Amino acid sequence: MSEKKLYSYTALFDTPDKIIHAVKSVAEKGYTKYDVNTPYPLHGMDDAMNLKKSKIGWVTLVFGLLGTTAAVSMMGWMMAVDYPLVIGGKPFFPLPSFGPIMFELSVLFGALATVGVMLFVLFKFPNNSHPMHDTEYMKNVSSDKYGISIEAIDPKYNQDEIITLFKGLGAESTAPIYFDEEELNFKPTILDKKFLGFLAVVAVITSLSVYGTMNIALYLPPFNWMDDQGKSLPQQTSEVFERNSSMLQPVKGTVARGFIPYKFDKQPELAGKLLVNPLLPSEENLKIGKRKFDIYCSPCHGYLAEGDSRLRDKFPNPPSLHSEKVRNWTDGRIYHVLVEGQNVMPSYSKQLSRNERWAVINYVRVLQRSFNAKESDLL
Amino acid sequence: MSSEYTQEYSVVEGKPSLRSLDEIISKPLNTKPELKYYLALLLTLTMLGIGAIGLSFSLYYGTGLWGNNNPVGWAWPIVNFVFWIGIGHAGTLISAILFLFRQKWRTGIARFAEAMTIFAVMTAMIFPIIHTGRPWVAAVYLLPYPNQHSLWVNFNSPLLWDVFAVSTYFTVSFVFWYVGLIPDFATLRDRASTKIKKVIYSITSLGWRHSNRHWRHYEMTYLILAGLATPLVLSVHTIVSFDFAVSQLPGWHTTIFPPYFVAGAVFSGFAMVQNVLIFVRKIFNYEHIITVDTLEKMNKIILLTGTMVGYAYSMEFFIAWYSGVNAEQFAFVNRAFGNYSWAYWIMFSCNVFIPQLFWFKKIRRTIPFMFVIAVFVNIGMWFERFVITVTSLSKDFLPSSWAYYSPTIVDFSLLIGSFGLFFTMVLLFAKALPAISIAEVKAVVDGAQPSHHEEH
Repeated sequence: MSEKKLYSYTALFDTPDKIIHAVKSVAEKGYTKYDVNTPYPLHGMDDAMNLKKSKIGWVTLVFGLLGTTAAVSMMGWMMAVDYPLVIGGKPFFPLPSFGPIMFELSVLFGALATVGVMLFVLFKFPNNSHPMHDTEYMKNVSSDKYGISIEAIDPKYNQDEIITLFKGLGAESTAPIYFDEEELNFKPTILDKKFLGFLAVVAVITSLSVYGTMNIALYLPPFNWMDDQGKSLPQQTSEVFERNSSMLQPVKGTVARGFIPYKFDKQPELAGKLLVNPLLPSEENLKIGKRKFDIYCSPCHGYLAEGDSRLRDKFPNPPSLHSEKVRNWTDGRIYHVLVEGQNVMPSYSKQLSRNERWAVINYVRVLQRSFNAKESDLL
Repeated sequence: MSSEYTQEYSVVEGKPSLRSLDEIISKPLNTKPELKYYLALLLTLTMLGIGAIGLSFSLYYGTGLWGNNNPVGWAWPIVNFVFWIGIGHAGTLISAILFLFRQKWRTGIARFAEAMTIFAVMTAMIFPIIHTGRPWVAAVYLLPYPNQHSLWVNFNSPLLWDVFAVSTYFTVSFVFWYVGLIPDFATLRDRASTKIKKVIYSITSLGWRHSNRHWRHYEMTYLILAGLATPLVLSVHTIVSFDFAVSQLPGWHTTIFPPYFVAGAVFSGFAMVQNVLIFVRKIFNYEHIITVDTLEKMNKIILLTGTMVGYAYSMEFFIAWYSGVNAEQFAFVNRAFGNYSWAYWIMFSCNVFIPQLFWFKKIRRTIPFMFVIAVFVNIGMWFERFVITVTSLSKDFLPSSWAYYSPTIVDFSLLIGSFGLFFTMVLLFAKALPAISIAEVKAVVDGAQPSHHEEH
């Protein structure tokens, strides 16, 4: 036993009056590293130990005010800065409405900080490795005895003197408290098998529960998802309708809204002869023509219809629209190309309405004329 | 000040030794419970099971299984929520407000009352969450968090204030309760007979050493927490009452609501605590710690708050007449003499007439009498919330939308389940943790404090 390291020397007393008297004597003798352990707080003990009033209230004040500030800045930022909304005609920064939450968060911050600072900063808890734990002394003071303990690091520490002092004060029993050998020699290592095993168990449990929640639990009834509804979507198979298709065929003879049949299928020459442009090349029509030309025609034909495709090398280049051939075509002949397509060019009848097609043709005529302008055009 | 003037009669009878207090308070923790305990647990678990079945059906088929329907959209779930939150208020009143008033008689009952607060608030929180219809995403509706819509919750809404108030109340009550438990855990740790108990109590006591250098901060922290919890408890039911009072509905839109709700909450909470304690002191032989004097003091508070509630009922009628608002006058005449008059008169007689019996000292100190009266108070206070919520909604401004509300069997199962949950937790608590604060009771036993004769 003697090689053990001494922590303190203790004495137990059996009445509150005796312990108060004993503490006063110990304090008078000039000891500083001593403590008193009682099963409940004793009135007058702080004075006997010359302890000042606890200042922990300041923690409450500071963190309480921090809570107020946090609440008002959170709500103010959310309601007045980040996403201002008019709610019942109230101002964006409705201070009276903020009152309750400002109060609640002040109390919350204040209470949690006070307890947290007390337990974890002042007391340095959790601490189950203190030498006093598991001693007879501790078992007595946590039930019905009042103990005093003078630590070995006290500058005036002298074991024989202390024992005499305690005996003289009427101590019921005295005993030394030693540091626990195991605690002193304990060296925590991160590669401890138990710790690694613990990490492994935590990892497995976390992975399984996350997997189970995200992939199994969320798909059990009554959970349902908006993208999974009891209705047919386009392109899906359906067992209800014929041809197992969720999309229905139109009734035979159905004409699409606004559709007018084209009478010159595969008859370009006839179309060129019989179709006449109904639109005048007014400023309004040319504007429509330019807009539609720039959208649908210019990617291949170029903005000026020169055949300088922006899709060069990726798609066959179309011929220029300023060629002799196209210039000599009638409007109806060009119209036929827009409706039926030609070579690689597809039909544009879906993209352009009838009037738009004629407007585009008018615009192409303007481009052609400007590229082959005569002197008379300048007048 | 002469000590004769401040000499109080002892709150703990018979001057028990400190070690015997350890033994008697930790006895339920160390012994196998009697058959009665298991029967009680079976009863509460059955009630809890009924609630669980009702809740499972509600979640699977949806809240259409409840009686809630236009115009009574806030029906039993909100009634139960306000009822249970109210029950919770007694615990904080006992542990915090009576602590600030230096009422020593609170020490025997504070721990149990605080535990009941925590359980009542937990029970209460279930109802608004399931009332959202999809409780698994309730946090998304209730809390401000950055989301893909860049939208925030509406801080103008009393319902949101409620979220903050109730969650803060729960957190602070829990911390207050746990701080009180730390020294007791240390005492239990040093008495532990088995290794597993020792490990558990070592962890929960955090290594408390009963050091006076710690007691100094501990007592100050306890005082500060009591100081914070006092306005907090008043704020919680005030904010719950705002849920009603801030709306425009006749019968709800009154300024008397906050104090009236707080008084009602303390009233019902004390009745519930008194009911439970009568059983606890009998079963665990705590008659000398939770004395008849203590129960009598609780009954006085029930009488006081019951009379305040009665005053509020009358004042509501006076203000309805005095305001000259037709809709308001109709709402109150309808309350007392309309379709729901049966509920109104149950409420009025249970809350106002019956507690007046506590003016008689004999009744205040006779346990069967006070038990029955407190049961009536609880029934009456549940009906108070029912009357407020349902009568105003069922007949509002527009006669064409009036409708009579009746609950369904699922509503009943949820109410039974909430009682089951609460009492199951109470029973488990009484078995698992010290039901009375060991350190606090020791400090108020006669002769536990220094006599100070030497100094004077």
